[in-house]
Amino acid sequence: MSTADVTSSTNDQKYEIAHLKLVPKRHIGRMIAAAIVLLILAAIVRAFSVGQIEWSYVRDFLFAPAILDGLKSTLIMTVAAMGLGIILGVVIAIMRVSGNPVLSSIAIGYVWIFRGAPALLQLMIWFNLALIFPTMGIPGLFEFRTVDIMTPFVAAMLGLGISQGAYTSEVVRSGLLSVDSGQYEAARAIGMTQFKMLRRIVLPQAMRVMVPPIGNEVIGMVKLTSLASVIQYSEILHNAQIIYFANTRVLELLLVACFWYLVVVTLLSIGQYYIERYFGRGSKSITASM
Amino acid sequence: MTKDIIVKAVDVTKLYGPFTALDKVNLEIAKGEVCCIIGPSGSGKSTFLRCINQLEKMNSGAIWVNDELVGYRREGNNLHEINDADMARQRRRVGMVFQRFNLFPHMTALENVMEGPVQVLKEPVAEVRKRAEDILARVGLSDKISHYPSQLSGGQQQRVAIARAMCMRPDLILFDEPTSALDPELVSEVLDVMKDLAASGMTMIVVTHELGFARNVANTVAFMEAGKMVEIGPASEVLTSPKSPRTAEFIKAVHS
Repeated sequence: MSTADVTSSTNDQKYEIAHLKLVPKRHIGRMIAAAIVLLILAAIVRAFSVGQIEWSYVRDFLFAPAILDGLKSTLIMTVAAMGLGIILGVVIAIMRVSGNPVLSSIAIGYVWIFRGAPALLQLMIWFNLALIFPTMGIPGLFEFRTVDIMTPFVAAMLGLGISQGAYTSEVVRSGLLSVDSGQYEAARAIGMTQFKMLRRIVLPQAMRVMVPPIGNEVIGMVKLTSLASVIQYSEILHNAQIIYFANTRVLELLLVACFWYLVVVTLLSIGQYYIERYFGRGSKSITASM
Repeated sequence: MTKDIIVKAVDVTKLYGPFTALDKVNLEIAKGEVCCIIGPSGSGKSTFLRCINQLEKMNSGAIWVNDELVGYRREGNNLHEINDADMARQRRRVGMVFQRFNLFPHMTALENVMEGPVQVLKEPVAEVRKRAEDILARVGLSDKISHYPSQLSGGQQQRVAIARAMCMRPDLILFDEPTSALDPELVSEVLDVMKDLAASGMTMIVVTHELGFARNVANTVAFMEAGKMVEIGPASEVLTSPKSPRTAEFIKAVHS
């Protein structure tokens, strides 16, 4: 009966317009916004091109040995500090979820302190540790002068790595919590030990949740290593500064450093895409997009 | 002739705070027997099933699988909980199929089925692959072996889960409401696989609401209510002429 109604109504003059062409609405607002943004962008580009920048200096110093050495140190520090951060992050996260009240409280305290204090301040504390502990070691076994071991590299690695551990532990913890309890039961039911269950079933699934934020943190760490320039660690920004103190081409050298940071971050982002795709296997959203 | 007893549970009791989930439950299952446990929800059926492979800890009582005390070891006049490695070793002998399938989402169907024999039993990969493919064919999934669980329907996932349990070549398989999470039209494909498995002589304990399956396939039916084993006996007797009025009421309620 309702179908009959519809058929008869199509003959009705009023409904003839059903055959007209449908035209999407015009987004006038969007066009204006795009024009404004493009205009601002053009103004910025122009400002840089007519500004007092000696582009020849940028070109000449792009591959200068001091800059490339600095780049190498930046990468080494990123790997060292992030490696320490991930190891501490996993240990602290497992302590936190262990169910042992002492370990769990210590994990909470660790995150509170090292996430709370600014990273730059932590670096400076490590670097100046000799002021309160002239020597370090285990009495009777061995002893060092603090100034000998607390080099800029060690101080930067400890400062950046330990504060990173506080952030990474929260990422690892959320990864562990994201795995369904049924997965633990299924792993136990086929006779897996706790360790095998973590390695084969839980961590591979937790990784899917952990990789995007950890990738984010690695990229953050690349840039955070620039803080180490403050304690005389000769990473790229520190070396760029040394050069511009001598030749006064401040902005040119800062642009050189900026260029290399962008190169590294771009490469890392591409790597992250592939790692995410690997750990996302079997999940619907990833397979659909491939 | 004495039957080989695969599972023996004596006075299994489980408390959740003041609530008694299991109240001195006893059960004896012979080799090759199919036992369906029925009863209203909250009656302790699943909890009891999970005690058999110690996914749930008991407060008192004891369970033997193949004459081996499960989860504990006698020392003097106490039963001490065994360590992680021994517990894992005991669980290899008991398969389990879950209501929510619990397939490993980062592995294909074939990898799910191979995971236990390869990683836990340490059998050669080529041999396990052959067996896993045969078992997946037996549950009707030859064409799905390289699919991930997310690409399979609920019924297909549950059949992979059954294949995963079978590939461990266990002494018995526990089924925890294997069809309760399925769309109605997918229930029969899973029950058919279970029927086939029962016919092959596998010992099975099945917590289920499928009274038709219990009638057609089970040797024994147990009725549980409020943490107690109310009645247990041959399937035909319990389902058609139950001794307990509570059992009769339950069966009537399910059928109406």
